[in-house]
Amino acid sequence: MADLLLRGARVIDPFQGLDEVLDVAVSRGRVSEVGKGLSGEGREVLEAEGLVLSPGFLDMHVHLRDPGREDEETLESGLEAAVRGGFTAVCCMPNTDPPLDNAPLVEDLVLRARGLGLADLFPVGCVTRGREGKELAEMGLMFASAARVRAFSDDGDPVVDSGLMRRALQYVRRFGGVIISHPEDVSLSRGGQVNEGRVSFALGLRSIPALAEEVMVARDLLLAEETGARLHLAHLSTAGSVRLLREAKARGVRVTAEATPHHLVLSELDIRDYDPVYKVNPPLRTPEDVKELRRALADGTLDAVATDHAPHSPEEKEREFDYAPFGVVGMESAFPVLYTQLVEKGELGLPVLIERLTLGPARALGLEPPDYGEGVRPGARADLVLLDTVTEWVIDASAFASRGKNCPFHGWKVRGRVVLTIKGGKVVYRAPDYRWSREQGEKVRERT
Amino acid sequence: MAGEAAERRHLLDVDDLTREDVERVLETARSFSEVMRRPIKKVPSLRGKTVVNLFYEPSTRTRLSFEVAAKRLSADVLNFTASTSSVEKGESLKDTALTLRAMGVDAVVIRHPVAGTPWLLRRWLDVSVLNAGDGMHAHPTQALLDLFTMRERLGDLEGRTIAYVGDILHSRVARSGFKACLAMGMRVVAVAPPTLLPPVLPEGVEVSYDLDEVIPRCDVLYMLRVQKERLLEGRFPSPQEYSRFYQLNLERLRAARPGVVVMHPGPMNRGMEIASEVADAPHAAITAQVAAGVAVRMAVLFLLLGMGERGD
Repeated sequence: MADLLLRGARVIDPFQGLDEVLDVAVSRGRVSEVGKGLSGEGREVLEAEGLVLSPGFLDMHVHLRDPGREDEETLESGLEAAVRGGFTAVCCMPNTDPPLDNAPLVEDLVLRARGLGLADLFPVGCVTRGREGKELAEMGLMFASAARVRAFSDDGDPVVDSGLMRRALQYVRRFGGVIISHPEDVSLSRGGQVNEGRVSFALGLRSIPALAEEVMVARDLLLAEETGARLHLAHLSTAGSVRLLREAKARGVRVTAEATPHHLVLSELDIRDYDPVYKVNPPLRTPEDVKELRRALADGTLDAVATDHAPHSPEEKEREFDYAPFGVVGMESAFPVLYTQLVEKGELGLPVLIERLTLGPARALGLEPPDYGEGVRPGARADLVLLDTVTEWVIDASAFASRGKNCPFHGWKVRGRVVLTIKGGKVVYRAPDYRWSREQGEKVRERT
Repeated sequence: MAGEAAERRHLLDVDDLTREDVERVLETARSFSEVMRRPIKKVPSLRGKTVVNLFYEPSTRTRLSFEVAAKRLSADVLNFTASTSSVEKGESLKDTALTLRAMGVDAVVIRHPVAGTPWLLRRWLDVSVLNAGDGMHAHPTQALLDLFTMRERLGDLEGRTIAYVGDILHSRVARSGFKACLAMGMRVVAVAPPTLLPPVLPEGVEVSYDLDEVIPRCDVLYMLRVQKERLLEGRFPSPQEYSRFYQLNLERLRAARPGVVVMHPGPMNRGMEIASEVADAPHAAITAQVAAGVAVRMAVLFLLLGMGERGD
């Protein structure tokens, strides 16, 4: 593999608090030099002036459907989607068939992922055996395995039994694990399709009140506070959840939380003609909820953006609203959608967005070097993503690497394109029709 | 709604119609209701047209009403019900739609337990789609036939007051009814226990938990069916308690204005939301609603399918 020189990109590295125009050289899998005026001799030079270089992103919440539903996604298609979206590390949720509730299963996944050489895989293990909510899964053995599982969740479902949830939180303190809560009180959400309120009445669809989430957020915050364990709240969607989270953080509860791009960008008002592409759990909420989520993302109350990437087959998704499954794909649209909707509109600084896609989730998971997060510095493993924030383009879900095409952002005009992803020094994704500009000082990118 | 614009070829909900459209439907329905009094109740308006009744939910009166309406206009009618069709073999709605398209039918009347299904059908079919009830969402021909019935009894509806009483939350009749009544300038009151009301009602709809307080103010009392299922969901404690507070019986009716109109979309739970004596009293317009149903559906089919080819 030839040595690489990425010349003149704006390097934003939250791990070092770095934001500067620099040249970055990559050699033998690692960042070899960072500085100004580095020599291109003996290196493949990519003129990256006007582009943004960041550590590879970490998506802490994806569904890869492998094993069990390989028609919807496989490890390979999912990790290919990841690197196209700029993610060099992903956490896959354990609601597979069979569920990821034991060491051999998670080890097998991690070894297969390594063989692919795309993104790193950090599986999330089940909290309870078989995701049945009855007895604890062998979390310690999953942690001690080659997969080094640190985060556990029954995502897709909450741990309904409060006593069991409390013991799970207590137990993972032994090895510093984190429990990821899927905050949903199913007795309040059962049968629901969309957010409860004006829109649910107008659409005549069964509703999921904000309360269904907030009741569980409140419970889990109390349990985390009492046990002193680390809790992470998945896919928060309501202003009320943000308020509870804010208060808990102020009290010193060891909690982190994420929001998805679709909850940060879309509201219930975007549901058009009963298209189930807008059917997600938790449901799209009100514009006021979206506003509060954005505020919380900007001020750090929300630690991470995670996509909750959930591929579904067209046969399952193109049908009557009640019968279609919940979920959207997200890895290949996350950065451009957030860049266009939040950064370009002045609601979020680009370094902050990048922080929420790198350092934020790494802290929430307790992921540290050498597993993830060495940043862009000499000697660091070269996991990098190069972004074009200038050129406008159109999201085309049919061209996704993911087998899931259920993307509500299909057809959106955006900026913030991933043009190059480097994993362990190897180019794992290069935008196929992208032309590298040679004109120094020109910020306008040309496309063929 | 005669087909100037593509979306006008459908009737998915009441808000597809302008006030003028509604007047036109009601006027046309009135002339068809005269046809129904003739010895030969048939006109040739839709000869050569094919109407499919696509029913995914059991329904006797609405399906029969559409069938009679189409036949009286001389259309060919095909009935497709979920229990006897390929749906049982797992055929998707999309494939059913593509099949109907390939057969070259002119209109599809759809009843489906899931809200919004007619909108999906419209996406996959290039023929007229008529919503005959989708989940809890909409039932536009019911709203139109209700307007027709009220008009017959009360004349001008502007400024009149209607109370919808019962399971508002799960009612497509109420959802479409609210829109239709508000559009005609009526005052609308929703009466139910809080557990059968949505958290937010459309602007202009007043809420009351007290039927006795509302009755004296109303020109129309519209009783909604309360299903046993709601009891199991814990939305009220017992049928006895429900009827104690929300049943329309003779005693309650005494407080009503003379000439008050009692309506019900059917099928009734006699003894639950409505007492038998009230259902059979002269105030009740319940059988008039059924007759209006045929006339209004004839009008809708005629305006959607017949008017575009006036030159024939």
